[in-house]
Amino acid sequence: MQSFRFSAEKLPAEAEAARAAVRAFLDSEVEAARFVPHRTSWTTFDAAFSRRAGAAGFIGLTMPEAYGGHACSGLVRFVVTEEMLAAGAPCGAHWIADRQSGPQILRHGTESAKRAILPRICRGECAFGIGMSEPNSGSDLAAVRTRAVRDGDDWVINGSKIWTTNAHQVDYLLALVRTGEPGPDRHGGLTQFIIDMAAPGVTVRPILDLSGHHEFNEVFFTDYRVPDAMMVGVEGAGWELVTEELAFERSGPDRFLSDYRLLVELVDRIGPEPDRFQAVETGRMVAQLTALLGMSASVARLLDQGIVPGVEAALVKDVGNSFERAVPEIARRLVPVEPSLTAQGEAFREALGGVTLRAPSFTLRGGTREVLRGVIARGLGLR
Amino acid sequence: MNTTDHAQDGSADEVAGIVLDQFERLLAQHLSPHVLAACDGAVGGAAWPADLWRALADSGLPLALVPEAADGIGLEASTAARLIRRCGQAALPLPLPETIVGAALWAAAGGGALDGALTLVPAGSPVRITQRADGFVLDGRTAQVPWGGSVAVLLVDAIDAAGVRHLVRIRAPGTVRDTRHNLAGEPRDALDLTGCAVAAADVRTVPDWIVEGGVGSVAAAGAFARAQQMVGAMETCLASALDHVRERQQFGRPLAKFQAIQHMLAEAAGHVAAATASADLAAACWGDPRFVLATAIAKARCGEAAGHVAEICHQLHGAMGFTQEHPLHRATRRLWSWRDEFGSDALWQEWIGRAVCAGGGAALWPMLVRLRAGAG
Repeated sequence: MQSFRFSAEKLPAEAEAARAAVRAFLDSEVEAARFVPHRTSWTTFDAAFSRRAGAAGFIGLTMPEAYGGHACSGLVRFVVTEEMLAAGAPCGAHWIADRQSGPQILRHGTESAKRAILPRICRGECAFGIGMSEPNSGSDLAAVRTRAVRDGDDWVINGSKIWTTNAHQVDYLLALVRTGEPGPDRHGGLTQFIIDMAAPGVTVRPILDLSGHHEFNEVFFTDYRVPDAMMVGVEGAGWELVTEELAFERSGPDRFLSDYRLLVELVDRIGPEPDRFQAVETGRMVAQLTALLGMSASVARLLDQGIVPGVEAALVKDVGNSFERAVPEIARRLVPVEPSLTAQGEAFREALGGVTLRAPSFTLRGGTREVLRGVIARGLGLR
Repeated sequence: MNTTDHAQDGSADEVAGIVLDQFERLLAQHLSPHVLAACDGAVGGAAWPADLWRALADSGLPLALVPEAADGIGLEASTAARLIRRCGQAALPLPLPETIVGAALWAAAGGGALDGALTLVPAGSPVRITQRADGFVLDGRTAQVPWGGSVAVLLVDAIDAAGVRHLVRIRAPGTVRDTRHNLAGEPRDALDLTGCAVAAADVRTVPDWIVEGGVGSVAAAGAFARAQQMVGAMETCLASALDHVRERQQFGRPLAKFQAIQHMLAEAAGHVAAATASADLAAACWGDPRFVLATAIAKARCGEAAGHVAEICHQLHGAMGFTQEHPLHRATRRLWSWRDEFGSDALWQEWIGRAVCAGGGAALWPMLVRLRAGAG
């Protein structure tokens, strides 16, 4: 019998203590008008915010103290993360490094890379981008063609990456490149490298998204030299490494809270006496969201115990993305307004406008809905 | 968590394992396809599987959620929820879920020991209660009472002249006005409670933790049971669909190999997973003040999932699943019934939505956090 176990155990006391601390920090940020919740989200790049969050101790929570971290459990990080999301905090300058690149370097990087990079990540001073997709390799990651060739103690990289969020602002990319032949399963010959964006041989071309916003980029490597010490994991093991990285990437609350502030603005806009349609649909969204929070915390608990619950993690992203994708479509039916990014501070209209324009990316980034459903199907034993 | 807690967990797990194993054996022994058909009112069945009920009662399972101090088994609510899900998986044609939660509710209200099968009276037209010199008397007609004509005890929320709710045990059920069935052929009887006398010992104050926002305690307990049962029935649907698409060959390969089929199952699995998570949360809140809200969320989420899962799984089974010969209907007809019993998903969604809107946007996140925080 196919069944899913999502333990509903309570969060540990240390996690609840961290919740109080991060709330106080976020309240002070909003009070000082350092960000406007309905206009920002976890992808919003704000280097100053990330430095303050790092100084306050909210980045690198699970990192060992030797590397500048706080040696907390994954559930503490889960609580801090969901509070950041619920507040609409602009986390783009530390999110990727904190969520996946840092942990990946900690698990598989060289000692010199760890010492050089991890303390800066924990201080919120070091931003990462993800170097996976290429112009001819999107969902089909095994088709990566950017190549690294050994030259003495260095590797020389030529090729390009695309859809690289914030490549023009980050310090490093964690890139997957080809170092050998793919082999019969197509998963061989790939290796991860840490790319220093300040080094010669890297150029960045901006790609404006549909709203005219610059987050995406194409990154070109021309005889870019990277030392051996910046290799992550062993040569040729890149496929296994990115698979693990994606398991961590896919199950977090950022997969269903991207537009949480729109839900908040919607509730306020409806007011205390909803009509039946508004009440039913609001209640439906809240019930869906509650279930997702339970699923996601439960996966975080399992990951913390060293278990990688593949299907449940993929389910969090698929169900979660469908939820956050639906929120603006429901909201616009409950309150008839014309969305706008320049509604002069009318929060609901601005939030609806911003989310409507961002929502198509929710079911694309971090693995498309279709790829995710394939992962789930494999977990169900259908592939 | 300290070592003492671990030890307690260990023994609780052990007891849970024993109880669940025992339930499996009883189901294997007594619940044949023949029994299921004989109990299915949709095809003229009208049986009360007395042997099975007696075996269940002898095992103590009806008192699974009653504390040991009140002569129950004292299982954790999460384990009792697994028992109730197993009832849903197996399409058990008996009010064991109602009895498990009803007996525990009665115990929580300080009532005495209960004997025999119990049912929960859904909140339809309100039942009134009036005090007399020699006890109390009820007034009201109820409809769609699960196995109302077959059980020994009914639990009902009754309202007195001052508008106060009481939890009332009825040991001599009133006249059965009419015997009807839900879509799954389970008995849903109409009872006339007018003039039904109850003793003072049968009238209890409703426990605090199960009173919120105008919801009756019996309605909340019933919604809790149906949410857990729906999880079980959805697991049955999904398992059946997975088996079917692996075996069934079309166009020269198993259905499982078609991407369209895989995506349908992934979507169904997502609904089952979300429903499970919501039902787990409700179980974790049994006995504490978050119970009604958590149950509202579980009934709403499971009810929404039920329609999607039934639709997808029927589509995957093709015409075979649309027959009496294939057992899929035992799960799907129950899903289509249970999602509307003890409050439909839309009714519970409305209740949640009104509470959320009344609190305002800023109060939503603290509410979502409180639901998962460690009061239990």
